[in-house]
Amino acid sequence: MPRKASDFGIRSNRLPEYAVDRDYELCIGCGVCIRQCSFDVHYLDEDHDTVRSRSELCVGCHRCSALCPTRALAIKPNPAQYRAHGSWSGEHVKDINLQAETGGVVLTGSGNDKRAPVYWDNLLINASQVTNPSIDPLREPMELRTHLGARLDAVNIQAGSLDSRLPPTIPISTPIVFSALSYGAVSFQVQLALAQAAQELGTLWNTGEGGFHPRLREYGSNTIVQVASGRFGVDLDYLNSARMVEIKIGQGAKPGIGGHLAGEKVSKDVSATRMIPEGTDAISPAPQHDIYSIEDLRMLVFALKEATNYKVPVSVKIAAVHNAPAIASGMVRAGADVIAIDGFRGGTGAAPKVIRDNVGLPIEFALAAVDQRLRDEGIRNRVSIIAGGGVRNAADVVKAIALGADAVYVGTAALIAIGCTLCQKCYSGKCNWGIATQDPYLAKRVNPDIARRRLVNLVKGWSHEIKEMLGGMGINAIESLRSNRSQLRGIGLTAEELSILGVKPAGG
Amino acid sequence: MDLVSLLKLNNPFGDDKRHAACAIFGMMNVSGELMPGEQVFAAMNNMHERGNGLGAGFAVYGLYPHMRDYYALHVMFTDVRGKTAAEELLRKSFVLEGSEPIPTRKTPGISAEPLLWRYFLAPLDTSLGEDGEQDLLMDMVLRLNTEVPDTFVFSCGKNMGVFKGVGYPDQIAHFYRLEDYSGYIWTAHSRFPTNSHAWWGGAHPFCLVDWSVVHNGEISSYGTNRAFLETLGYRCTLFTDTEVMAYAVDLLMRRQKMTPELFAKVVAPPFWEEIDAMAEPERTLHTALRVTYAGLLMNGPFAVVIANGEQMIALTDRIRLRPLTVAVRGDIFYVSSEEAAIRFVCPGVDAVWTPKGGVPVVGRLGLIPKPEHASDNVGVCVTACGGYRDAAQS
Ligand code: SF4
Ligand code: SF4
Repeated sequence: MPRKASDFGIRSNRLPEYAVDRDYELCIGCGVCIRQCSFDVHYLDEDHDTVRSRSELCVGCHRCSALCPTRALAIKPNPAQYRAHGSWSGEHVKDINLQAETGGVVLTGSGNDKRAPVYWDNLLINASQVTNPSIDPLREPMELRTHLGARLDAVNIQAGSLDSRLPPTIPISTPIVFSALSYGAVSFQVQLALAQAAQELGTLWNTGEGGFHPRLREYGSNTIVQVASGRFGVDLDYLNSARMVEIKIGQGAKPGIGGHLAGEKVSKDVSATRMIPEGTDAISPAPQHDIYSIEDLRMLVFALKEATNYKVPVSVKIAAVHNAPAIASGMVRAGADVIAIDGFRGGTGAAPKVIRDNVGLPIEFALAAVDQRLRDEGIRNRVSIIAGGGVRNAADVVKAIALGADAVYVGTAALIAIGCTLCQKCYSGKCNWGIATQDPYLAKRVNPDIARRRLVNLVKGWSHEIKEMLGGMGINAIESLRSNRSQLRGIGLTAEELSILGVKPAGG
Repeated sequence: MDLVSLLKLNNPFGDDKRHAACAIFGMMNVSGELMPGEQVFAAMNNMHERGNGLGAGFAVYGLYPHMRDYYALHVMFTDVRGKTAAEELLRKSFVLEGSEPIPTRKTPGISAEPLLWRYFLAPLDTSLGEDGEQDLLMDMVLRLNTEVPDTFVFSCGKNMGVFKGVGYPDQIAHFYRLEDYSGYIWTAHSRFPTNSHAWWGGAHPFCLVDWSVVHNGEISSYGTNRAFLETLGYRCTLFTDTEVMAYAVDLLMRRQKMTPELFAKVVAPPFWEEIDAMAEPERTLHTALRVTYAGLLMNGPFAVVIANGEQMIALTDRIRLRPLTVAVRGDIFYVSSEEAAIRFVCPGVDAVWTPKGGVPVVGRLGLIPKPEHASDNVGVCVTACGGYRDAAQS
């Protein structure tokens, strides 16, 4: 559990971030907010029979104001802010105070919230006019089916029939895959909704590194299981119950560091799924201790292929870092069928804030550079690329594919669809929206059936939009967009940025 | 004009690719009997409005029967320096059995013609086998086109040749004295480019060792196709859809020996819905083709006529966004952008039909194609009067 200043006997002098504005004209004293807020902000002042708030504890998740039946609550940024300063923002001052009080690492959750450039917003998509026709997806077929896995360079056909053994590939109906959200980091309800939505949509979800719950195994053919540094829940059955196995080397939100699930969150069920004793901390070491170099990766890739009889593709996921192209090339040569690259705006259940906000690369650059490198080396056709870390809407998906992705991973967007409001307190275990928590009282706030429907709606909506954009470009199959960078133009980018992205400037 | 910077020449504005629309026409006598080009010229004239005078050309098979064992190379030089350098390079791997100017004549409307030369080549190394010789030639052509200044090879193959340049088809035919040649396959092209300078090498047909392509299209998947082909070692120097189409032909049909039917399943594949409904082993085969060659799906409008010494193939994109009509009369197989052009030169066709999108119609030596009555849109066959001969007389 995160420690508070009072634990150290030091009084906090941080300014509250949020101000709870309660309209007493509207408040009927029903106490909904008291019950909804796991951060103990609201309480009943029995002496005056009035509900009051401790604004300094509020994390800005908006649960109470969303559920207040009379709309009496407004959560606002605290008007009493630190003195404005060009280089010392209120956040710097607050973090320094927090560390001065605790001597610890500033933890956070969710994804990088800084105004780091989002290059998607500097890319514009093309459409057909006159010289070729746009295609109306409501009247003409429009294909989003994508195959994930390795591909041959050529197929051999003898006397009209196939004479090549194809590597295993997974057809997905839309190039959108739910990214790793481990049991422990998120609740069982969330995983259940993801698994069911993936099945309904004909795509995949990813267990993350927290094991594969027995009750979810029936969704195995829509599941990616992870083998990460902690190896939680990994056994032969685990590997063989999924459609794809993913070796997790790194995560965009925290490249180079491991994970730590506090013992409090390791409930009986989590302990059984992760195969660790109840109540013990679940530590994921920073590296995989059997992978200290690329040939070690090859051994693990092939160990997993052997274990699964070469029936499922093996993916290797890395965080987008400076040498991503060279690393990706090594991954392909090490036998990866899929490479997943996670950009530095990707989310997390818990990470040191200084790492989340400063380590790694934007996915747009890493993706473009990796795709180009694999092409230059003549090995791009051998693998599929899944790009993740900051994909926010259908346009981002289209742009990612045009930059070279086969599909995208979405994590944060899926959680927002379920209710997440990006308060970034996932590490606290007190997620008021019932997502990043193991507290049964909070977790039951996610109704898996409604969550599933919301996820399905989201992905369907995006898929419709992707079809519209494809049709506009005069393309009727998603594979004809892959690496088709001539369908993109950059705006407000330097010559170097354009050249890394491999796109021309708008107007060119 | 420095032909080494082909890209600049072919794509002066630095566009993603060239946009163009066109007239295409082809005729093949499947008995192998040689035919003069008069019907082809008349048909192309009939479709005059589909071009804008910025490029036209013809490919002829059965062109050099007396030199049938040698690779014929048609080259344009913008300066004689190029010729000296090119010949020096050629001699490193080939014996030059013949070397002469391509006969031309002054033609109104044709200007700035380069020096046009043809060679007949035999490889120095006689142990290469056919595939090896063709690879050697491909390599040589690429080097001549990208490394030797003032030089552009626009045709190479046995017993065939391409004639092309800047002008309308009738002007180009007149300029090259095409009435002096005959062939059992003729394909023709007239361009309506919107964004390129007129230069002689930019006209169609596009030719790579025996195979020629005339193409009417603007492929929206150009970037994807190009990236895929470049990964396999092809160098796209012209930034045209036709170039990627020609490389796809080279990769799949020449190198990987696919049939035209399978080739069509790669560049214009069935929809997944159709593949899902197929019985085995077709379903596995088509899935394998689509997954493996996803980067070669040519998306967007195109109609092509592809030929080599054995066959002439007519194909459109899978949703038929560019026009193409085929017809047969006796041993002759016609393909045209417009049905009117076929009717004009051959008023009494045996059958005329509109092929389905993505389904190739193939004429092979000894085999005339037939319409699939179930799926093709077969037109009414009238033995009408009229036609180009009457038009010429009246
Ligand atoms: S933490 Fe959330 S629920 Fe609690 S007061 Fe703040 S906004 Fe409301
Ligand atoms: S998952 Fe919950 S705790 Fe995490 S950011 Fe979203 S709402 Fe906040």
